[in-house]
Amino acid sequence: MSDLTKMKVAEARDALRAGDVTSVELTEACLGAIEGAGALNAYVHKTPEIAIEQAKAADDRIKAGDAPAMCGIPMGIKDLFCTRGVASQAASRILEGFKPEYESTVTTQLFDAGAVMLGKLNMDEFAMGSSNETSCYGNAVNPWRRGNDDSQLTPGGSSGGSAAAVAADLCLAATGTDTGGSIRQPAAFTGITGIKPTYGRCSRWGIVAFASSLDQAGPMTKDVRDAAILLQAMCGHDPKDSTSADLPVPDFEAMLTGDIKGKTIGIPREYHMEGMPEEIEALWARGREMLADAGAKIVDISLPHTKYALPAYYVIAPAEASSNLARYDGVRYGHRATLAAGEGINDMYEKTRAEGFGPEVQRRVMVGTYVLSAGFYDAYYNRARKVRTLIKKDFEDVFAQGVDAILTPATPSAAFGLGEMQDADPVQMYLNDVFTVTVNLAGLPGVSVPAGLDKQGLPLGLQLIGRPWEEGDLLNTAYALERAAGFVEKPAKWW
Amino acid sequence: MSIDTDTAARVAKLARIRVEDDQLPALAQEFSNILEFIEQLNEVDVDGVEPMVSVTPMRLKRRQDGVTDGNQQDKVLSNAPDAREGFFAVPKVVE
Repeated sequence: MSDLTKMKVAEARDALRAGDVTSVELTEACLGAIEGAGALNAYVHKTPEIAIEQAKAADDRIKAGDAPAMCGIPMGIKDLFCTRGVASQAASRILEGFKPEYESTVTTQLFDAGAVMLGKLNMDEFAMGSSNETSCYGNAVNPWRRGNDDSQLTPGGSSGGSAAAVAADLCLAATGTDTGGSIRQPAAFTGITGIKPTYGRCSRWGIVAFASSLDQAGPMTKDVRDAAILLQAMCGHDPKDSTSADLPVPDFEAMLTGDIKGKTIGIPREYHMEGMPEEIEALWARGREMLADAGAKIVDISLPHTKYALPAYYVIAPAEASSNLARYDGVRYGHRATLAAGEGINDMYEKTRAEGFGPEVQRRVMVGTYVLSAGFYDAYYNRARKVRTLIKKDFEDVFAQGVDAILTPATPSAAFGLGEMQDADPVQMYLNDVFTVTVNLAGLPGVSVPAGLDKQGLPLGLQLIGRPWEEGDLLNTAYALERAAGFVEKPAKWW
Repeated sequence: MSIDTDTAARVAKLARIRVEDDQLPALAQEFSNILEFIEQLNEVDVDGVEPMVSVTPMRLKRRQDGVTDGNQQDKVLSNAPDAREGFFAVPKVVE
């Protein structure tokens, strides 16, 4: 059965429970697909032995009638998650050889639910990037191409390996993380679904930290239903993460009725960007029509501080990163530089970090150091935190006016070519996150849904932003949009 | 604000990242571009606005200040580039 890898989580769950397929069969099919997909460079540490062992255990559980939804489902795990005894490098040279002695809370929950780990997935180094080009493992490659043009495209970033693996059917679903758009932008670039939940929904414990006030884990899946199933398994209170919310996790899948009659959807005027491709404007307008046809009330809204979200992000995220990444000093784990005779501990720190961090990570750590340094803290860091308060208030104001969800484009372009941005200013790359970063700054849930193809045959996504803690309602709106858009295209296999 | 090479060198030092002298002008230029981008924030009226501390209003939970874990020295040291006699080993710090 060559179609096993194309299964969705919900289909596989039902087939497993019905005894039509075993987890070992599903897992072997995925492992075979991974072996044949080296050209995508999605998996950077493969764990076939662990996968088969977990699959056998899952089959036993299913037979015994004890099978949570994720039981027996083969998944890919982003390299940012610490997984016990398995390389967890955050795609950085500085964590070369690091094998955690502990398991992240999210992967613990998934494995307790019976999920199967096929391996670790490529990403931008420390999740800093929008194209997967900052990875120490080399680029992950988008399974989509521009028609017959065989140039390689980015799967987006930072969760580029997760996006490529799900889009190319190298797993049934994957975990991602999102600090400024790292789940939603790659999901849009590869024609899959990805949700970043409300800040505090998923425990950050055991996930390599980038910017702690923005980081959230979330699922990357083949459709909205799968996102609901996987999100439910990933969420929940964790005493080991002091910012994790002690709130009940609803049954997200049960909330997918597709009925959005009477819901109010806001269209923010500030998201009409100058120079945005017409096709994205058109897709956004179609999304608006689709939700209106489904019975939602559409209102034009204003989020006046949108323009300042990216500059605020590029103060706050590097500031937090410079602090979080101070721990990579060559003492406790990972890479340590070789020292020359007479070199001391400061040489060790400086050489280790120069060798271990790639250029983008070095740049952000240094920008963060600068904005936190004496004399600049108020001018940059505190000002950015005040602007963040205003950005969050923009959203609170429209929610108070009765808006249930906000519809925007997911990205300002379709997937671009690997290397195309090589000579561009770093700021040009940062613009990829222009529609997603506001959501992290405001701590809100945001979901990217594939909604169409552009003229070159590349997928485009729409983003829905929801009220805090209302992922269930948001996913239901996403479900209605998914059904109306009817996006079923898959990349033609070339790898 | 434009960043000069001395400032770039100082920041690299503070961040404990070795940057060779011939790389400093390019680094200073990159910093300047990024800071120019960030300086759009000066257009915003932030008078009387509180800097955000926590994105979701929450009271941090309290817990018993007790030992919940421990006795795993070997695991703590298992990833160290250099560990000896139960310690992390580093180059000599004090002369």
